[in-house]
Amino acid sequence: MATQRNSRRALAAGAALVVAALVGTTACGGGGGKDGKHGGKAPGFNAGIDKVASASDKKGGELRFIGTQDADSWDPQRGYYGFMWDFARFYTRTLVTPKAAPGKESRAVVPDMATDTGKVSADKKTYTFTLRDGLTWEDGQPITSRHIKYGIERTWAQDKISGGPLWLMQALDPDKTYKGPYKDDSPDKLGLKAIETPDDKTIVFKLPKANGDFPQMLALPAAAPVRPDKDTAEKYGQKPFSSGPYRWVSYTPNKGLELVRNEKWKRESDPVRKALPDKITVKLSTNADDMDNRLIAGDYDLDINATGMGSAGRQKALQSAKANVDNPQTGFIRYAVFPQTVAPFDNEHCRKAVIYAADHTSLQTARGGPDAGGDLATGMIPPSVEGYDPGYDPFRLKQGKPDLDKAKEELKACGKPEGFKTTIAVRNNKPPEIATAESLQAALKKVGIQTDIDQYDGAQTTGIIGAPKNVKSKGYGIIIMGWGADFPSGQGFLQPLTDGRFILDSGNNNYGEINDPAINKLYDQAIAETDPAKAGKIFQEANKKVTEGGWYLPFVFEKNIIWRSSRLTNVYTSDAYNGRYDYASLGVAK
Amino acid sequence: MFAYIVRRLVAVIVMLLVVTLVTFGIFFAIPKLTGSDPALLYVGKQADPETIEGIRQKLELGDPVLVQFWHFVSGIVAGRDYTGGGTSVHCDVPCFGYSFRTEQDIWPVLQDRLPVTLSLAAGACVLWLLGGVITGVVSALKRGSLWDRAAMTVALGGVSLPIYFTGLLSLAVFSYGLGWLDGEYVDFAESPGEWFGGLILPWVTLAFLYAAMYARLTRATMLEILGEDYIRTARAKGLREPVVIGKHAMRSTMTPVLTILGMDLGALVGGAILTETTFNLPGLGQAAVKAIGDRDLPLILGVTLIAAAAVVLANLVVDLLYAVIDPRVRLS
Repeated sequence: MATQRNSRRALAAGAALVVAALVGTTACGGGGGKDGKHGGKAPGFNAGIDKVASASDKKGGELRFIGTQDADSWDPQRGYYGFMWDFARFYTRTLVTPKAAPGKESRAVVPDMATDTGKVSADKKTYTFTLRDGLTWEDGQPITSRHIKYGIERTWAQDKISGGPLWLMQALDPDKTYKGPYKDDSPDKLGLKAIETPDDKTIVFKLPKANGDFPQMLALPAAAPVRPDKDTAEKYGQKPFSSGPYRWVSYTPNKGLELVRNEKWKRESDPVRKALPDKITVKLSTNADDMDNRLIAGDYDLDINATGMGSAGRQKALQSAKANVDNPQTGFIRYAVFPQTVAPFDNEHCRKAVIYAADHTSLQTARGGPDAGGDLATGMIPPSVEGYDPGYDPFRLKQGKPDLDKAKEELKACGKPEGFKTTIAVRNNKPPEIATAESLQAALKKVGIQTDIDQYDGAQTTGIIGAPKNVKSKGYGIIIMGWGADFPSGQGFLQPLTDGRFILDSGNNNYGEINDPAINKLYDQAIAETDPAKAGKIFQEANKKVTEGGWYLPFVFEKNIIWRSSRLTNVYTSDAYNGRYDYASLGVAK
Repeated sequence: MFAYIVRRLVAVIVMLLVVTLVTFGIFFAIPKLTGSDPALLYVGKQADPETIEGIRQKLELGDPVLVQFWHFVSGIVAGRDYTGGGTSVHCDVPCFGYSFRTEQDIWPVLQDRLPVTLSLAAGACVLWLLGGVITGVVSALKRGSLWDRAAMTVALGGVSLPIYFTGLLSLAVFSYGLGWLDGEYVDFAESPGEWFGGLILPWVTLAFLYAAMYARLTRATMLEILGEDYIRTARAKGLREPVVIGKHAMRSTMTPVLTILGMDLGALVGGAILTETTFNLPGLGQAAVKAIGDRDLPLILGVTLIAAAAVVLANLVVDLLYAVIDPRVRLS
């Protein structure tokens, strides 16, 4: 008996020791990290928002990214992930590029390979650019206007170069008369008529219709040059030939990559990139918690994906290393949309009943709360896009709670005073979206709106909720989704969601199937406007029509918690890159 | 014996063909029936119907499933050209498919990932066999003692605790906390020392789980064997206890252990998914997880085939080893 008691005591003591050791070691791990890896004192919470943290021009060192998601492609014409566009500035250059400046300032485009932001003709349909001196590829050969044209042309070869943005194709050749360089019979493979290259230093774009956002489109990696003799078509993304300050050394999909300095790049030819680190590495992980812990421990500098730390990592970082954390707006809106082809959402009052009955604070909590989820959204233009109006809140969503009386009034007006039944469609691979669906389901039940939640395969979005026929046949009355701008204008954000001419049989993003001639007309006016501020005012009008039509229930203007190591210099978040740090400006030496 | 091996090898090939056919059916026929379209996985958010059709042709999704299956199988021995949609991509022998997600042949990916998984499986296997079998034998010999009870309690804990718990715990203590072990994988060719250091935690974590199972299995089998008449006879004949245990009891005890070992090793080589994910080891298991997340069907198919081959071959080796260990099942 005595032996048993003693062994129990020993076991209890052992267990206590293990717990104490764990508490001790994890507490040590929080923020302190390993000596020498942090590189000094962190500049403070939100030090990288709207200002530059740890400004320095000192060169050297290795910038160490980690991430859990590889790019969809590193080919400049095929990549569509936001972090890929940010990272692409290390190895690609474009005629113009987002300004290397914090927050709102980054929305402007500035000259990169071009000497200016383009000379625009009186009818606003022709843009002429002149190339700077000293532009070179990684083998030292000069970059010419023909290489830029060839690079852009690759997007037309959708059978090989698929997946990337199509803005340039839609702006230059909306009828897709050109078949792409791989099916081009001309000897130089430069048959696209909308682009002219009268000499090696001049490139002229001829648009069929004026488009004020055309410079923004030219700032996308899809407008980067590609040299025909280095083009490996589908496989180009495995080792893109560099026109920027770094060149590719190695890349293994889903494992990692390494870039080193491109010695042929001339600093004097590039007014944008600081090119401070000597080497850039990306390690791809599968364990998001492990990634957060390694960031906090100082093994890596930042998360390349920048989609926000996990809940455990977030808590640890905010408690013990808050000075290493920023909480930026991502430019995304998380929302529910009501396809009007599914009854009773053809009735404006039924849509508004859902908006009033929803519990907005609960939806925000489901997204992660005010810091990790975002601010309560009030309309369909986010703060990072021109045209956002902070005072606009027609449904008083900022009050954060349901208005059940109004919801019941709207139900009466739509002829369903007792409520109705519908289906909420939500991606099965996005836990916060599922949580918002459940929140919405619980809130709507209180006014008699019964809902089923259909969790569909998130990888098949294009063919499931992107196919209006399927949406109708499945009776998806409420679709939960999110959207971020390709470039920070109403055209890049709102138009694909709400312009009736963007409704597609497959790959549709206008899930509400909004086709209001008045809204479409506003888009035409805004797009023809070359002054971003004036265009923003017109997009603001469109936003009012969309929001007040009750097609959308915006949840949050998304924010997230992102980590920066104390080694990092020149750190700031950029609106142009969805609240990510401007990677091309970062340094690691102090 | 030779004829037996040949027969078994033929059976292995047939089994792999069946696995391939079933996997093909799941990935390519069922989506067709349910109306989902793999081509949509490879297009961007602005894709038009023409683009989707081009991708469909490129992936040869329009062909009947049996034709696709034939192309796949013949590609393994003869290589393959993907020529649909006006494009041509060559896949070298042995062509286990081509990933349109990463624009890579599948075979080099498997070749790149396999050594990591083998390193993990082999190291962990040595540890769990040593730990599990020794613990099980000692527990059986000291049945009812404090050692026996303590060892079996720990073993019960080992069996009950999943890898994603013990793995994260070991990382929290030894990597993030104490900083003793980095826990990051480095290729053996790059640095044998770092390779070893990076695998200690995964080995121990994985071995802890398996050693617990093997300890319980060994103990139970050994106890049963120790009650057999031939053990009593051996002792009655005056044989020394180490000989009775080491020569007579151990041989019989190892037969079920070996059976389970074959299954476990085969399954591990196919991908220790949880361990590789937890410790971020770039092996086959991790590749499978990424491939499933990215809906990279050709890579999923490749990993499935390797896993099936590993299980079938490991069982073949075990069957052959039976003859060595236990004369009663010696093959004629």
